Amino acid sequence: MAATPSPNPSVPAAKGFKAWLYRRLPVQDFIETQLTGYYAPKNFNIWYFFGSLALVVLVLQLVTGIFLTMFYKVGENTAFDSVEFIMREVNWGWLMRYLHSTGASAFFIVVYLHMFRAFLYGSYKAPRELLWLFGMFVYLALMAEAFFGYVLPWGNMSFWGAQVIVNLFGTIPGIGPGLVEWIRGDYGIADATLNRFFALHVVAVPLALLLLVVLHLVALRQTGSNNPDGIEIKERLGPNGKPLDGIPFHPYYTVKDIFGVGVFFIIFAMVVFFVPTFGGLFLEAPNFEPANPLSTPEHIAPVWYFTPYYAILRAVPDQRMGALLMALSVMAFLFVPWLDRSPVKSMRYRGWKSRIALAIFAVTFIALMYLGLQPAEGLYVILARIFTVLYFAFFILMPFYSREPSKPVPERVTYHAH
Amino acid sequence: MADLAKGIENNDPLVKGLVEGGIDAPVDDSRRKFLTAATAAAAGVGAVFVAIPFLSTWAPSERAKALGAPTELDLSKLEPGQMAVIIWRKQQIYVVHRTPEMLSSLGNHDARLKDPTSSNSDQPDYAKNPIRAIRPDFLVLIGICTHLGCLPKPRFDKAVPELGADWPGGFFCPCHGSRFDLAGRVFAGSPASVNLRIPPYSIHDSTLVVGVDSAKGAA
Repeated sequence: MAATPSPNPSVPAAKGFKAWLYRRLPVQDFIETQLTGYYAPKNFNIWYFFGSLALVVLVLQLVTGIFLTMFYKVGENTAFDSVEFIMREVNWGWLMRYLHSTGASAFFIVVYLHMFRAFLYGSYKAPRELLWLFGMFVYLALMAEAFFGYVLPWGNMSFWGAQVIVNLFGTIPGIGPGLVEWIRGDYGIADATLNRFFALHVVAVPLALLLLVVLHLVALRQTGSNNPDGIEIKERLGPNGKPLDGIPFHPYYTVKDIFGVGVFFIIFAMVVFFVPTFGGLFLEAPNFEPANPLSTPEHIAPVWYFTPYYAILRAVPDQRMGALLMALSVMAFLFVPWLDRSPVKSMRYRGWKSRIALAIFAVTFIALMYLGLQPAEGLYVILARIFTVLYFAFFILMPFYSREPSKPVPERVTYHAH
Repeated sequence: MADLAKGIENNDPLVKGLVEGGIDAPVDDSRRKFLTAATAAAAGVGAVFVAIPFLSTWAPSERAKALGAPTELDLSKLEPGQMAVIIWRKQQIYVVHRTPEMLSSLGNHDARLKDPTSSNSDQPDYAKNPIRAIRPDFLVLIGICTHLGCLPKPRFDKAVPELGADWPGGFFCPCHGSRFDLAGRVFAGSPASVNLRIPPYSIHDSTLVVGVDSAKGAA
């Protein structure tokens, strides 16, 4: 059998089974172009852990989800009992479920930090607009996935959460009521609704998520990663044609990311084993009661990762406007690459206005997250209204404050060897 | 073959291409574009038609429709001031036997209501009046908050402490704080913007039938 020549002369030609395989599958090409030959900026910091962590959590959710599907019984009379069956009688079933429920919250923690990183270093700016959009579509698919998943245990909060969210579509003028009936498949949230949400949660949305993640990664490989200095490393190439400020993704960043995964799983395991409900934030108490269409929980609140938008919904006295503002508050992120008019990418070289705006936005997001968990009354409503205004001001005023004078950006990345 | 001969005679470019050229014949770009567009359009129309059965599976099934049949209640067993809850189409239907005092309270707070005449609200025509009912003594409502679908709780006593001294009696939604009067009309300051909905219903002697309109057939 003839040896297949390697595309890289420094790599010895493969022999035996490897040669047989490489002739039939572009393994070598893939490793060469995506890992050892893909150069990433050498100045990554702690904020660059969260992309790979999101991928790890996705795999965790897929694996634990597949195992939960083996024991879960969809149906309005069986769903709740089958979840209790998983928790009490399936061997290690409790672990599968707590890994999955904690994984859902971990997914959003990791994704929110990943998004904050993009704001910090202008990672959405040209030429990475499409990369950002694919990332946002991943986020939207993730929200859908989390919502459908939350309905499946068919606890009372599942039921009433579904009721509130599905009824939001009823506020659309004209088609609203018909649309709601079509989504539910019945005259109320019912067995038909649970069944279709199950299909969407375990098949349709995961497929869409995987496709979007692949597109996100392909777009990343095309433009290359941004970095804390917001400098295009591809503009300064060394004699080997590779970026002077870049290092091969493998082994340098694979090893770094594996270390991050280790730290992540230590924290993750502590939550799974010691505080899986996280004081009602990851798993809410009313959901340990079966769905009851005749009894509303005293206080309906979604899981923490949706509460910023829920707070905006409730801050508006008019329901149609509230639903509209809630939708806009999520969609606003899509326009960020075109709202940001700063000549530089990274916060390191921006002026004080951009920095203060981002700081206020971070505080606003967390404040709305807290307010969405509180009852909609008194001071909470007033605060939610103030923070809703601040939330939208961040986006609407971005074209103005981001145009401020910037500091000079160095030609090479800032890097101190350890 | 006759058509082919006619084509040669008329100098038809396609026939000419077939006869003379084969693969080296010049490409008729405009014809190719037209055929590509026509194929795409036909496929698009086909895709829309194929989508119809898939999308229609999500509409309520025949079984769901059958289970949504009319529901009855014997009104003679409902004491004045009492409320009964019956289920129609998996929705709670509130049936309140209103006392004369309850009815007399209705006219006093129109200024505090968002939609006192129910002109923006959802109810059958025969219930589109100030008392929002066919018979004044019986109020029939869909017990689902028009804000986001929670269940409003009955708070029939006047001036309940948590609802203020000017509370005339009515319904209070614990989820987001919407307040409704004893005709299901929403008070200003509530997140709900329209009155509680009224289902199609009719009353025959002392039997309430929810799901069958007063004048017409089944809803």
